[in-house]
Amino acid sequence: MKRHTISLFLTLAAFWLLNSGHYSTLMLLLGAASITLVLIISHQMDVVDQESQPLYLTPNILAYYLWLVKEIIKANITVVKHIWLGNESISPTLKTIKISQKTDMGKVIYANSISLTPGTVTIDLVDDEIIVHALLYKDIESLTAGEMDRRVSVLER
Amino acid sequence: MDIVINFSSGLCLFIGSFLCVSGGIGILRFPDFYTRMHAVGVTGTLGAAMILIGLMLHSTDLLVFAKLVMILLLTLLLSPTTSHVLAKAALHNGLMPKLSQNTLEQSSLDLKSKETASSKF
Repeated sequence: MKRHTISLFLTLAAFWLLNSGHYSTLMLLLGAASITLVLIISHQMDVVDQESQPLYLTPNILAYYLWLVKEIIKANITVVKHIWLGNESISPTLKTIKISQKTDMGKVIYANSISLTPGTVTIDLVDDEIIVHALLYKDIESLTAGEMDRRVSVLER
Repeated sequence: MDIVINFSSGLCLFIGSFLCVSGGIGILRFPDFYTRMHAVGVTGTLGAAMILIGLMLHSTDLLVFAKLVMILLLTLLLSPTTSHVLAKAALHNGLMPKLSQNTLEQSSLDLKSKETASSKF
């Protein structure tokens, strides 16, 4: 609980400092007052926890982001190619895929990563299955191959 | 040094504009709602990111740079959320996607299993 409060405080402080750009004493005091108010309110609402401040993700998330950026760039090139090639070249597919993540956080990260990659969109998430619409049948095949699934599962631990 | 920054920033802006125009053309060309959404994905991810990176290279002020980074992060959070909500609303209101012939059988099987899954609620 304490670690999450400190993390939330640091995030809010950085957000305030980078957005304001005023560093006079009065302004800094007002900023500190508003951060304290937000901390008190979020404690009253009981939302400062594992879910809003997922600190356990920190060690592995950077490598995952780098890999995800690479995948997004590759997918963008593919989609743009098929936009210019026209309707005959695409093969829209709807498919239900099993996912191996156990926690809610892992499931949401996986579903969001699929939606973020152009060419695939997560439509629904029911228990341990997701419904994915893809622009190309090839994209579905690479999802069922499970490279992204495996990388998200590594994040969970 | 100045010319390198100007050149790379211009290149990023050019690629970003090209991707955004491609996304727009995709919206006009693709056959149905779901495939059009994939075209919007290009504009929302790499198109916006490239334009913002091009602007970041030009910014001399830390505050301006930080704000551009925040806009980029916000875009990357909003884009999957909105496309998921749109697609889910469309499917739940019975808009069936146009599917290609060779994948049609497989998908209709999936849809049946999906209906049984969602009838649990």
